[in-house]
Amino acid sequence: MIPVSLLWLIPVLPLLGAFVNGVFGWKWEKDRRNVISGVALSSTALSMVLAFWNIATLWATNWGSVPERVGNVTVDAAHHAFALHLAPWLPVGDFLTGLGGRGHFNVEWLFVLDPLSAVMLFVVTFVGFLIHVYSVGYMAHDQGYFRYFAYLNLFMAMMLTLVLGGNYLVMFIGWEGVGLCSYLLIGFYYTKDSCADAGKKAFLTNRIGDMGFAAGLMLILYYFGTLDMAQVNAIAVGGTIPPWVITASAILLFVGATGKSAQMPLYVWLPDAMAGPTPVSALIHAATMVTSGVYLVARSNGLFSMSPTALTVVAGVGCFTALFAASIGLVQNDIKKVLAYSTVSQLGYMFLGVGVGAYAAGVFHLYTHAFFKALLFLGSGAVIHAMSGEQDIRKMGQLFQKIPQTYRTFLIGCIAIAGIPLFSGFFSKDEILWKALTSGDGPGKFGPLYSKVLFLVGASAALMTAFYMFRLLYVTFFNSDRVSEEAKHHLHENPRVMTVPLWILAVGAIICGYVGLPKLWTGSENVWERWLEPTLYLPGGHGEMAEGAHQAAASGAEALVHHSAGLEWGAMGLSVLVAVLGIVWATLWYKRETETPSRLAQALSGPYKVLLNKYFVDEIYFGAFIRPFVTMSRIASGVDRWLVDGTVNVVAYSNEVLGMLLRFFQTGYIRNYGLFILLGVLVLLYFYF
Amino acid sequence: MPYLLSILTYLPLLAAVVVVFFPKDQTKAIKYFTTGFFFVEFLLTLPLWFGWDSAQAAAGAAHSMWAFEEGPTPWIASLGVTYHMGIDGVSMLLVLLTNFLGVLAAWSGWEYIKTREKEYYIWLLILQTGMLGVFCSLDFFLFYVFWEVMLVPMYFLIGIWGGPNKLYAAIKFFLYTLAGSVLMLVGILVLYFRTGAVNNGVNTFNLDVMYKVALESGLQWWVFGAFFLGFAIKVPMFPFHTWLPDAHVEAPTAGSVILAGVLLKMGTYGFYRFALPLLPDATLRWLPFLMTLAIIGVIYGAMVSLVQKDMKKLVAYSSVSHLGFCMAGMFALTTAGIKGSVMQMINHGISTGGLFLLVGIVYERMHTREIKLYGGLAKLMPVYATFFMIITLSSIGLPGLNGFVGEILILLGAYHMSAALLFSKSLIFFLAGGMLLGAAYMLWLYQRVFFGEVTNPHLEEHCKGHDMKAREWGYMIPLVLVAFWIGLYPKPVLDKMDKSVAFVISRMQPAIQKAEAAKGLTPPPVTPITETVIPPAEAAVPPAEAPAQAPAH
Repeated sequence: MIPVSLLWLIPVLPLLGAFVNGVFGWKWEKDRRNVISGVALSSTALSMVLAFWNIATLWATNWGSVPERVGNVTVDAAHHAFALHLAPWLPVGDFLTGLGGRGHFNVEWLFVLDPLSAVMLFVVTFVGFLIHVYSVGYMAHDQGYFRYFAYLNLFMAMMLTLVLGGNYLVMFIGWEGVGLCSYLLIGFYYTKDSCADAGKKAFLTNRIGDMGFAAGLMLILYYFGTLDMAQVNAIAVGGTIPPWVITASAILLFVGATGKSAQMPLYVWLPDAMAGPTPVSALIHAATMVTSGVYLVARSNGLFSMSPTALTVVAGVGCFTALFAASIGLVQNDIKKVLAYSTVSQLGYMFLGVGVGAYAAGVFHLYTHAFFKALLFLGSGAVIHAMSGEQDIRKMGQLFQKIPQTYRTFLIGCIAIAGIPLFSGFFSKDEILWKALTSGDGPGKFGPLYSKVLFLVGASAALMTAFYMFRLLYVTFFNSDRVSEEAKHHLHENPRVMTVPLWILAVGAIICGYVGLPKLWTGSENVWERWLEPTLYLPGGHGEMAEGAHQAAASGAEALVHHSAGLEWGAMGLSVLVAVLGIVWATLWYKRETETPSRLAQALSGPYKVLLNKYFVDEIYFGAFIRPFVTMSRIASGVDRWLVDGTVNVVAYSNEVLGMLLRFFQTGYIRNYGLFILLGVLVLLYFYF
Repeated sequence: MPYLLSILTYLPLLAAVVVVFFPKDQTKAIKYFTTGFFFVEFLLTLPLWFGWDSAQAAAGAAHSMWAFEEGPTPWIASLGVTYHMGIDGVSMLLVLLTNFLGVLAAWSGWEYIKTREKEYYIWLLILQTGMLGVFCSLDFFLFYVFWEVMLVPMYFLIGIWGGPNKLYAAIKFFLYTLAGSVLMLVGILVLYFRTGAVNNGVNTFNLDVMYKVALESGLQWWVFGAFFLGFAIKVPMFPFHTWLPDAHVEAPTAGSVILAGVLLKMGTYGFYRFALPLLPDATLRWLPFLMTLAIIGVIYGAMVSLVQKDMKKLVAYSSVSHLGFCMAGMFALTTAGIKGSVMQMINHGISTGGLFLLVGIVYERMHTREIKLYGGLAKLMPVYATFFMIITLSSIGLPGLNGFVGEILILLGAYHMSAALLFSKSLIFFLAGGMLLGAAYMLWLYQRVFFGEVTNPHLEEHCKGHDMKAREWGYMIPLVLVAFWIGLYPKPVLDKMDKSVAFVISRMQPAIQKAEAAKGLTPPPVTPITETVIPPAEAAVPPAEAPAQAPAH
């Protein structure tokens, strides 16, 4: 209980760090940089320790015998959740909801610790701390050291707010806050126009999603009468809300998720976001922030589970994005761009997981991905750092001897993401594919065809993943030596402050999957699923559900169980097969320099160009939306000046003209006035007689 | 303290008289005295805030909805003009905002104003009296006097200390707003001639009495039209907004801050205080039209803002967009909407006032506001860039900062709008679009001014090593603190307006229910409103005199 009441400190500590570095850091920028990194690291470390203490408390809690309320902490034993009611935030009072009930809009500063937020808490603080450590080495020679660490700490604070927020509005603070930090860090090298553009693009694309999110919140509030996530889930599975409301609000929330988690059609900002420093790409654009959309869906699982339509959309978008982004990744030549498209693709996987109703599997992939993708990004950063800033893999090659530590850890990352058994990525990816295959009668009610399509598309994306990751590995570390003399001169292995985090993450990328061994292997229940099970609001799971829906859900759950072990072994075999196939394929083409790829590119120059130019999506968006809009704005500006303001001026000047005309009559001569009077009298006489 | 409102209102006028006796060349003394005075004035406002609960309780015990009430005492007895001052939660917040921005505005001009300083500060003080009077008067005649008085100092502030095209802008500002308010006067007189029936045959301008008048629906429509022009020009709503960019661009920094921060709020305040509670039926009839204009304002203002080449003009058009938000929230006619609208008025004062102050800071160095002459400023003036970023974020409604609170409440209010009203469910999408565009034009501005390499050699010359001065820190820090405070803990602010907003809602409720019944919607049970002092409008009474004859008196 004590640590739970300190939950608010977890985001506040990094916030303090950000404040100290942001306000005083410039004094230490020149010659006392260790003070800056000391502040940043210690605040993050303290936050991590506190987070671990909380997670341990959660783990050790005996849910049968917890009091319902201690101080300002309330306990929900059924869902293994502690809620810290810190302070009121936005009171508006009572109102009538769409269903005629009485809602209460009194948003609190509410933080929640439950198994789901604990997973995120672990990932964010642990990976975040490692990346802070790594940054000390990576940013050592950069200008704006204090600014960097202030932003990074601010990001931690916002991300932890997002994770711990117990109602949608507190979450939204974190949600937009991480977007801000992402904007600031992408544009960290702001003197370069491309960086500034990329930052702006990220912010605005995210804002499109965020507006969907906000609209979803309004809908939820109007019909559910609350923004407390636990209550929303409980009410949703309670079955009193009209289905269209559930579907609409789930899809609007998902619009927010597509922005933040870079899914179709809003993924375009993430590849550009690689303009930021590489540790930022690892932390924000791979391990943590971009996964918050998945977290949002998993958090709102009660809502999503009640809407087959929404789940169909989520799974479909995720699955399509996984394939689409992987195909772009096949031909990219920028080491970070490959990883960026890989991230988009892997995020697609996670959405596929949560979309088929396998929330635990989706979050499992989120968790393993955080390790191996952070590892890969930090590895790419180590390569770039060693290569004095070079990012084009065509100018690398044969690096494995020069930077062996980086190479070995990178290899581990590649194996993990490709999905080779006994490495973490295998467990989570296989779980998702299996759940997709058997999703026909899950909560999404996809039917046999859609679930098979999902499985096959997912498997092909896995093939591509294995291929492009090993292509990246070979071209960078093997193949022929294409390093320039200049770069060779500076080529060196990285300092220990960078390689140690790499190794820790590498170990993590190997072992972190063992918390979720499939039941097929162990014979006992999946530990990971058992941990997350209380956070799921499956209809009827905790007796909140009407009887009919209860049965439907139960039969769905049973159907999942009843698939044969043979089928599961087969699916697992297939996912291993595609991984191996992809690796072999890449080995044949790229281990040594061969002419096959370039010959193929020439033979299929059309499709190759389409892939190389990322399907021209950026160009299409620019031509279809941005340019027309700016043109319209210019027209509006012209209308404003000439028509709207013109009318005002015409009115004003017509008065002046009228006055000038009347002036002719005001001559000042008595004889003229006399004449006017005479004329007037004559006119009157004419009319009256 | 008795007569606190009158003291607050006339003290600046008194200070202006004191400044008259200062020697003309003692500019430093004038500056210090005036700014110091504004600070004292602000301190004197604080009892309104801290003593609010007890003052409101006292007012409730005296069966009045006005705290710190003075009068009504006869002023021009033969015409039924009274001296009646008092505030409710909303006007209290606006008084506070006015005096808060007053200090900052006065302080900001210390180096910007280099000619005729004495007159400048005198006009600034007189302006303060006018604005406070508007928010405190509860007699329509008195209100009108202050409303008009306030034009004069602003006219001189723009016309004397403005930019190259200052005379055009000043005259446009004056005549345009005057044209609107003259029509408003006609509307006031119509109401005036109907007060006799509820006030023992004596016509009066006292607002408390006017609230008892129930005009028949047809006449309400015309009166609302008259009010609408007066207030809409002030807000300004599309298409009556074109005086604003001109006035902003030409006005000195302090003028822009006051103009954006306070003067525009008088329009929205007018709707809140007079149009809605006095003319509930007409409000509903005008609502589709008003809402359309508000939505156009939100989107169109943002679009025009996007392509501006002058920083101040950009911010000016952003005001059109933000005030569109205010109007949309108010005419959602829900508690959340009106609260959000008032919140947005305050937030707009903070963020847009802040933006004008910031533009002024860089203008003092570069003497240009042309966006393309900037670029890379973040490198030369990092502290300035940080302040600009925070205020930008506040302006685009980032959660945790003030703008968000107002916008989310308005969205909420818009969504809870009665289904009988136009735009009841679609409004939110226009508003969300406006929020998106808001981020677009502000971030683009930020990018063009602060990011990239320094290309203009003058920028290097005038700005390098000339980051924010102590004085500039001094007036930006309070704004930033308030922005965070409202963003993180808006509860005290929202609580203060509880009863006042409930009153307006209670006045609107019968009309809304009628509209719902007409559309066959089941009227929801009336939200219980505690302590409604003024009873809802009584049955229509026959007109005492034909309104058409009104101007003849």
